[in-house]
Amino acid sequence: MSHADDQQGTRRDFLYYATGGAGVVATGAAVWPLVNQMNPSADVRALSSIRVDISDVAEGSQLTVKWLGKPVFIRNRSAEDIENARADSLDDLPDQNARNANIDPSADASDANRTLDEEGRWLVMMGVCTHLGCVPLGNGAGDYHGWYCPCHGSHYDAAGRIRKGPAPENLPIPVAEFVDETTIKLG
Amino acid sequence: MSGIPHDHYEPKSRFETWLHERLPVVALAYDTLMIPTPKNLNWWWIWGIVLAFTLVLQIVTGIILVMHYTPHVDLAFASIEHIMRDVNGGHMLRYMHANGASLFFIAVYIHIFRGLYYGSYKSPREVTWIIGMLIYLVMMATGFLGYVLPWGQMSFWGATVITGLFGAIPFIGPDIQTWLLGGPAVDNAALNRFFSLHYLLPFVLVGLVAVHIWAFHSTGNNNPTGVEVRRGSKDEAKKDTLPFWPYFVIKDLFALAIVLMVFFAVVGFMPNYLGHPDNYIEANPLATPAHIVPEWYYLPFYAILRAFTADVWAVQLVSFITGGIVDAKFFGVLAMFGAIFVIVLAPWLDTSKTRSGAYRPMFKFWFWLLGIDFMVLMWVGAQSTEFPYDWISLIAATYWFAYFLLILPILGWTEKAKQPPATIEDDFNHHYPEASGSAAE
Repeated sequence: MSHADDQQGTRRDFLYYATGGAGVVATGAAVWPLVNQMNPSADVRALSSIRVDISDVAEGSQLTVKWLGKPVFIRNRSAEDIENARADSLDDLPDQNARNANIDPSADASDANRTLDEEGRWLVMMGVCTHLGCVPLGNGAGDYHGWYCPCHGSHYDAAGRIRKGPAPENLPIPVAEFVDETTIKLG
Repeated sequence: MSGIPHDHYEPKSRFETWLHERLPVVALAYDTLMIPTPKNLNWWWIWGIVLAFTLVLQIVTGIILVMHYTPHVDLAFASIEHIMRDVNGGHMLRYMHANGASLFFIAVYIHIFRGLYYGSYKSPREVTWIIGMLIYLVMMATGFLGYVLPWGQMSFWGATVITGLFGAIPFIGPDIQTWLLGGPAVDNAALNRFFSLHYLLPFVLVGLVAVHIWAFHSTGNNNPTGVEVRRGSKDEAKKDTLPFWPYFVIKDLFALAIVLMVFFAVVGFMPNYLGHPDNYIEANPLATPAHIVPEWYYLPFYAILRAFTADVWAVQLVSFITGGIVDAKFFGVLAMFGAIFVIVLAPWLDTSKTRSGAYRPMFKFWFWLLGIDFMVLMWVGAQSTEFPYDWISLIAATYWFAYFLLILPILGWTEKAKQPPATIEDDFNHHYPEASGSAAE
């Protein structure tokens, strides 16, 4: 049957579109849980903040902890490390940004803006190379006595700042704080 | 079904008639198996059977492997070793499954390039072509998901790099990546869902393969001349064709036997030749392998992904136009998927009236160059990104796009093609002059 001459909206048209619309909404509501179940579950989200005991990290050594599935380097820097890193001129740095999530995002990459404490002993940063996501080797590795990424040869200095190689940015510093003398809270 | 006129199934016994009236399933099987097939098909047409066989091989060995595998980050790697050492014949089953993936991709690449050479993608077979490319995409997804399951170092870091591709999408990328992984990094949630999908997708493939076959059974097969089967009458069609059973089934099975001979030689004597030793080290999120290299069958497109770095002018131009939204990383992702998408578009990019490349002298040159280009991309995809490999991959990637976007459209206008034979029968008789007698030659 043709409705070509039926220009006016009828009761039947209204019911047709209302039913269709309700069907679409109901389908969407039914599908959403099927999509949302793939987002991080409660136990994964619960681990988005962890506390790390650093009482055993001796001066000049490094602790690597897994946080959010990625390595975090926690380094207790020696006086020599601090001296070296503080002596570097900002002009020598390919990436001039501190990349520190705890301070002003436009802060410069001076050593004081990289460390967690005033003294400059504690350096906490993501152990993920900013080039292609490999894990750099530490304990004074590389040409700048910091970290060296074996994948494509990026050199980071004692403050985790990129100095040489293909990586574009300094190793990022996550949200972190001292809860007490010997505990750092990540996230 | 439309298509080439041929004899259809007629139920004979009372039971056959009874069943046929209720469910014409025997007729479906009969008409599928007895489909008239151009009698001049050459050996390049055997890979369809190889692919069908391999899909079944992968499903059967896969279902068996699942009986012994544990999808958990603490147990997955150990359960693979359990399969290799403890399960009766487990090492053989796993090696067949792992190398079966390679056989699958060798066959699909030859199958695709055969279609590109003989113009199988052209009207009226575009739908067959598109479904075929969908099959290829699902195959790649399935292969990637499966490679993660052993939870070795390559599994883990490959998954990290590949899901990172989605993270490169502007604005919503990181959220998509988290959604895909079920967390901030590759972990147990990712392993579990990858396992689930790796089990699902092969059955999606079965469905797609059925539609693929349905599509080219509707249009009829292409053939080396690209000349259509005559359809005026059954008798006319019979001069150009032979039924698929028994003629082509036997031919294809013979070819399959030879392919499997090579396959089992690899499975038996060099089962790890195509794999990476790093994947026999358990996944460790705190240490990266020195070189993250994908499986060989992804290398051509991996090379295209890496080819477009920030110093390429095209990347800088697109980055400038889009206000930095499309950066080098995202450009690479677009290029990689674009490289597959241009194959899908081939039916509309190729403007030549001559279907088969066998009668196109200039096309042949560019086609074989594309074949070499593909091998170069595969090789350079496994190299580092330093000079000269960066230049080689950029040139090779550029030719890939040039072939589809420039050469195919232009050749159709400029090239003077040779005249194909008038009928398939003529072509056949030309190759086999005494075909009416006993054996040729």
